Amino acid sequence: MTAPALVAHDLTKTFVSGERSLTVLDGVSFAVEAGATCAIVGPSGSGKTTLLGLCAGLDRPTRGSVRLAGTDLGPLDEDARAALRARSVGFVFQNFRLLPTLTAWENVALPLEIRGERGARAAALDLLDRVGLADRSAHYPTQLSGGEQQRVALARAFAGRPALLFADEPTGNLDAETGARVEALLFDLNREAGTALVVVTHDPELAARCEQTVRLKGGRVVLPDVAVGTTAHV
Amino acid sequence: MPSPILSLAWRDSRGARRRLVLYVSAMALGVAALVAIRSFGINLERAVDEQALEVFGADLQVRRGTPYTVAQEALLDSVAAENRGAVLREVTFPSMARFPAAGDGEGRARLVQIRALDGPWPLYGQPDLVPATATLGQGVLVDATLLLQMDASVGDSVQIGARTYAVAGRVDGAPGQTDVASLVGPRIYLPLARLDTTLLSVGSRARYRTSFRFDDAPAALAAAVPRLESADLRTETADEQQEDVSEASDALSRFLSLVGFVALLLGGVGVASSMGLYVREKAETVATLRCLGLSSRRVFAVYTLQAVALGAVGAVLGVALGVAVQRLLPLVLSGFLPVDVDNAVVPRALAEGLGVGVLAAVLFALLPLAAVRRVPPLRALRADAQARGLDPLRLALGAVLVAGVGGFAYLQTQSVVGALSFVGGTAAVFVLLTLTAALVRWTVRRGVRPGLPWAWRQGLANLHAPGNQTLVLLLTMGLGVFLVLALGLVQRSILAQIALPQAQGEAAPDVVLFDVQPDQRAGLRALLAAQDLEALGQVPIVSMRIQALDGVPADTLIDRADASFGGTEGGPERWALAREYRSTYRDRTVDTEEVTAGTFEGTARADAAVVPVSLEEDLAADLAIGLGSRITWDVGGVPVESVVTSLRKVDWAQVQPNFFAVFPAGPLDEAPQTDILLTRAGTPEASARLQSAVVEAYPTVSVVDVRQVLALVDEVLGRVAFVLRFMALFAVVTGLVVLAGAVRVALAQRTREAVLLRTLGASRAQVRRILLAEYTLLGLLAALTGGVLAVGGAWALARFAFEIPFRLDPTWLFVALVAVPLLTAVVGLAGSGRALRQPPLDVLRAEV
Repeated sequence: MTAPALVAHDLTKTFVSGERSLTVLDGVSFAVEAGATCAIVGPSGSGKTTLLGLCAGLDRPTRGSVRLAGTDLGPLDEDARAALRARSVGFVFQNFRLLPTLTAWENVALPLEIRGERGARAAALDLLDRVGLADRSAHYPTQLSGGEQQRVALARAFAGRPALLFADEPTGNLDAETGARVEALLFDLNREAGTALVVVTHDPELAARCEQTVRLKGGRVVLPDVAVGTTAHV
Repeated sequence: MPSPILSLAWRDSRGARRRLVLYVSAMALGVAALVAIRSFGINLERAVDEQALEVFGADLQVRRGTPYTVAQEALLDSVAAENRGAVLREVTFPSMARFPAAGDGEGRARLVQIRALDGPWPLYGQPDLVPATATLGQGVLVDATLLLQMDASVGDSVQIGARTYAVAGRVDGAPGQTDVASLVGPRIYLPLARLDTTLLSVGSRARYRTSFRFDDAPAALAAAVPRLESADLRTETADEQQEDVSEASDALSRFLSLVGFVALLLGGVGVASSMGLYVREKAETVATLRCLGLSSRRVFAVYTLQAVALGAVGAVLGVALGVAVQRLLPLVLSGFLPVDVDNAVVPRALAEGLGVGVLAAVLFALLPLAAVRRVPPLRALRADAQARGLDPLRLALGAVLVAGVGGFAYLQTQSVVGALSFVGGTAAVFVLLTLTAALVRWTVRRGVRPGLPWAWRQGLANLHAPGNQTLVLLLTMGLGVFLVLALGLVQRSILAQIALPQAQGEAAPDVVLFDVQPDQRAGLRALLAAQDLEALGQVPIVSMRIQALDGVPADTLIDRADASFGGTEGGPERWALAREYRSTYRDRTVDTEEVTAGTFEGTARADAAVVPVSLEEDLAADLAIGLGSRITWDVGGVPVESVVTSLRKVDWAQVQPNFFAVFPAGPLDEAPQTDILLTRAGTPEASARLQSAVVEAYPTVSVVDVRQVLALVDEVLGRVAFVLRFMALFAVVTGLVVLAGAVRVALAQRTREAVLLRTLGASRAQVRRILLAEYTLLGLLAALTGGVLAVGGAWALARFAFEIPFRLDPTWLFVALVAVPLLTAVVGLAGSGRALRQPPLDVLRAEV
């Protein structure tokens, strides 16, 4: 059996400003198996985005550890974590975050080009075809609708064949119909590529489609649907 | 360099390339100035090399302030005979020249420089004569400027001394002579054999010069120079003079380079500021790239590549512009140059400009770009995520920048002190500008706000809005305004100071008659009376030289001064020992002087063994003597023993006869002397009439109109100021380019604001009025900032460098306060056109 895609153990994040300290996350532990899907849900300010940032190695926890695709993030410096992200992690953002100066295919090819792989363009065009945007490959983000932009972002996220994909409110900026299409695409691609998926969302329907849910409130996990084996892997 | 970085750098710059080039072109002007000046400097150096003989006019010159002795004459003749070549003997002296036919037959006269020549002239090079065939055998040759002033032409006659000559030709240019020199002392060339020698007996301002051209110069010089020196004749060779000219031209181009460098620094500040905003715009892109796994080093590499490419573009632009500007420099500077400089393109200068330009652009761009390394990837999720604390790399870059500025200044000034002063001075000006700008902004914000119309309040608010570039613009444009204004104000102050006696009162003298012999006094007074003019003063002049200081012969001291490198080492200076003094005697001090030490003694017995004398304090310092020191003067061959009893501070700027040494009335009464007569003509016409009449009757008397002197000073100062202002112009234009860049930087925000205002119901005209108000105010603030500093700087220059009272001429300030806001508004509105044209809906749609 392969190692879990993500293991978070006792993640705590405290912000100190002057005399006061604010604990945004408090001892959160969970794990996501390879190819599995996991939703992080909770009200605004419950620490969802902070948790996502910590899991993806974008930020460092005050306490606790993250093991991403079998690698402990703790001892890695910024650049080593960036290299790990380039190898194993994909991102989908609420506001798409396509580079405005790059065309659709160039945006999709970016993860492969960062890794210095050949054939990035062909792979990007394939993926664009897969998300139904073959005819829009030379367009710039501002020339695309919101749904189209998010589909480009999905193609980009899967381009690097990541072990793990983080999605931050992927349908948050889209209308219901477009959102549903993007959502379907997300799960299809996930299944095809065998990528583990961690989704931060407000959308109960989206959360329901995931195999497991981490429910946050005030920085703590409530109703940990799947706490099974969390400690066993650490 | 991995190719993804390269292609990413290229793709990332899409849509921003044109404005990035605009940002960086602020440095192009500085590069252009440097390239132009450097090319010009190298060409000048070459011209000095190539034209050294023409400039000097000989292989060897022997000069003397008095006629040669018989033995010296014999030696000069034998040197000429022994070495084949040519000899030119020359006597140069100031004299009046009168053109009897000029001024509608009344005749016109003025003081000119006579060059009486015997031998082939010039020994080297060709004069520019009209007609080209004119020779000294046919009459005299006259500088073009003089003919113009006198309204005379070739074929007219001219009276010099008791003789009259035909003007055989006009001299449009002579080898080794500058335009400015011929403006100050226009020349008349005449054959020595036909000179009225009585002119040489009056005063002793004649200079005797013998020039040699040798067929075999090195051998002849080796043989002749020691013999001439041992006969107490001072020699100068073309090589020695070439060194002097080279040094002077080198100093000129270095100074101008520093001015150009200031423009480069200004452009750099503009680049840094624009890039800072560019980086802020790019923060989200950077965060996304970091999320996608690009390391901070590679992100930095992407933007460094862009900066290098931009720097190269800016530098190439600058070099191209510099080649064009180089063509202007000889026109601007030619008046001061004794050589003809061509416009040859100098590859070395281009390469240097390219190097300095790229380096400076990259350094200034990297300073803000370093921030991209520290954009946290978390920023992709949260807009408020940012790095904290000081960035050591930025500190290091800042240090490299300061070191670079210092290094460049060191190369230009070749002195550590000079480089440090430049760095310190630049920093001080930047700090002062920043403080002044802050003060002006604060004042405007406090003082003007309540009663303003809405558009103006909105425009004013924009200057304080977050992300504004007000300070940078005030800094760059303010410095430009400062440079141009300060120069103008100082020039005005100098002129006002010189013009002061005119303004003082009706009775102030405006015409000075020199070299009046004792037997001419009565006749001249009668002549003045005949023209209804009054003699306002009569000052006796006694010519003398220093024979010994405290018993040590002047010759010994001069040898000592010559032997010690760089002058004196605390001993008396050569110029002060060797010069001829025209001293006076009187029983009291005058308005333009003030006794600073000792007591002024107004009278002494005619047969006093030791005569009390009063020295000007700076002269005393240069002679390294003080109160109680003994000076032995040679007065027409008679030794006069004196003791220094007082020191005076003299205001030389006043148009008044002023003196280094003043004797008491009594001892010198019977010494050989001439007088200065002062009178007031009142009008230029009366003055011209007087000059013509005096010269006709007394050709050895020189007449100077103070008005002409003032006009001359104005003209010369104007030419100097023109050169400086030409360089300062680079700073002003750089300021405008920085402004254009800043307008472009703010365009996106401007467009959003404009659209929002229009969505809320504001008309296009209202939005335009807000922009107009903002840019006009910005220009006004820049003009005020530069103006305040210029007044301060001009005051300090006048007070401490020129030691004259500062007089504020508001005209220049006024021009700046109108012109700068106007230019700013034009550039600002022209650059903001898109913000106004954009339909609101388009913008709202693009704003996701």
